[in-house]
Amino acid sequence: MTEMKALRIAYGEALVELGAKNEKIVVLDADLAHATTTYMFGEKYPNRFFNMGIAEANMMGVAGGLAQSGFIPFASTFALFGAGRAYEQVRNTICYPKLNVKVAVTHSGLTVGEDGGSHQSVEDISLMRTIPGMTVIVPCDAVEARKAVFAAAEFQGPVYLRIARPPSPVFTAADAPFEIGKANILREGKDVAIFATGLMVYRALEAANDLSKLGIEATVVNFHTIKPIDRELILKVAAATPKIITVEEHSIIGGLGSAVAEVLSESASGPFQLKRIGIEDKFGQSGTPDELLKIYGLSSENIIKVAQSIKG
Amino acid sequence: MDYQQLQDLNQQIRIDLMNMFCQSKSGHPGGSLSSVEIISTLYNKVMRVDPANPQWADRDRFVFSKGHGAPALYAVLAHKGFFPVEELATLRKYGSRLQGHPDSKKTPGVDASTGSLGQGVSIAVGFALGARLAGKDYHTYALLGDGEMQEGQVWEAAMAAAHYKLDNLTFILDNNGLQIDGTNEQVMSLGDIHQKMAAFGFKVIEVNGHDLEQLEKAFQVKATGQPKFILAHTVKGKGVSFMENQVGWHGKAPSDEEVDKAVCELGGVQK
Repeated sequence: MTEMKALRIAYGEALVELGAKNEKIVVLDADLAHATTTYMFGEKYPNRFFNMGIAEANMMGVAGGLAQSGFIPFASTFALFGAGRAYEQVRNTICYPKLNVKVAVTHSGLTVGEDGGSHQSVEDISLMRTIPGMTVIVPCDAVEARKAVFAAAEFQGPVYLRIARPPSPVFTAADAPFEIGKANILREGKDVAIFATGLMVYRALEAANDLSKLGIEATVVNFHTIKPIDRELILKVAAATPKIITVEEHSIIGGLGSAVAEVLSESASGPFQLKRIGIEDKFGQSGTPDELLKIYGLSSENIIKVAQSIKG
Repeated sequence: MDYQQLQDLNQQIRIDLMNMFCQSKSGHPGGSLSSVEIISTLYNKVMRVDPANPQWADRDRFVFSKGHGAPALYAVLAHKGFFPVEELATLRKYGSRLQGHPDSKKTPGVDASTGSLGQGVSIAVGFALGARLAGKDYHTYALLGDGEMQEGQVWEAAMAAAHYKLDNLTFILDNNGLQIDGTNEQVMSLGDIHQKMAAFGFKVIEVNGHDLEQLEKAFQVKATGQPKFILAHTVKGKGVSFMENQVGWHGKAPSDEEVDKAVCELGGVQK
């Protein structure tokens, strides 16, 4: 039985661990500390934790001021509010002056579930990816979420860290490499390549195992960094396996699929085929995370179906 | 610097501003002219800064939240010695260190990138929290416009400043009563700002924003356990007769003839 753990819990735990090692780490939250799990940091380091109340725009500005005072702020809220409501504050106050702020958001994507479409962020990667100089990281499991927190803290400059809410399988190895901007090949196959990010990486691996039984061998790549995208690896995999599927818990407009399409269409030599699996041009709705992933085509069954269709 | 010297400097700054707007053919004269005394008093009488070391960790911070008035800040910084006065002529030109709105990455002495209204005051709250956390005694000043107070973020920042009892933080309001589309009253009434800020937990002091002595005294007032708010009544376009209290001079550059007239009024030499 695969261990289950929510990435957001790994986020809170990693902050506590990081806080002990680096006294420059400060954490801000906007009245969601129990949901984002930053309360753990707040309990351990009350002097370095600031609840800013339900005021995300101000929180981003305060984080900017703290960064300019030599601290490394992790400004935490839900993805919708961090990337959406406070978009322009993230752009102008944090990214324009290249401040060392980590916009760390939880409850990303459809898997917010029951709260419904008003609270699901299906376009945040797209928004954050277009801001000049922003780095966008989307970890795939709790182990990787911890590494992402440490890597973001080490990295100099603004980072958008997108963390999912629900309990999810822990499947990556503790010693697997994590380097910002370098995607990881998890499985190699000659027939199709599946590029996945976030919670969809596990489903891509499940799909690849089932495809293998059907005689289709799939490469699976974990894109934990959407920006900068690992161009080199995309082109290398495309050269060997020109049938490519991208999978993300995000709109197909502007996220991983778009980033991969940009690289392929400008730089790949030879014919290739690309299918993007993601949320079509639609809002989400209430439902359990698993139900929603299935309904919106973000299941291993759908990945298998698409893989079979382009393999043929 | 005594008041007479400061007044002479401010007059020169106004002349410089006219020439800057003339060559850049764009910019915001009204709100630059209204804030000259406030910024100049801060840099020449109040703040602890070192022009030779703009990034000095213990310096007082200034956040120009109403960033469109940037030329006034640039002129004060140049005369203070942060960069050559001649550089003022490059305002808003391609390749210049003097961007249309303050850019902390480009201009020596500019502490925060601002201009998208409402955002600077939050940065100032961050500076003040950062000072406390780092155990430093520097003070942070943020200048905002009255139109800017229509942004909800200003009230978010005010709430946070009072909640965290930031007595190392002072907001100054350049209260000139006008914004792009008309008077504040016409566009969106602000109500009684004095009472509102006091109710938010600030120590409020009201001054004539062009009176150097009143300004200096207001900055010296100590507030313990609460942030300070200086409500400075100003005149938009102050110092140039045909610009004073005129909505039209919010964001329009003067012509050569108008600059000559203004410079003449300000006691400077016509080109």
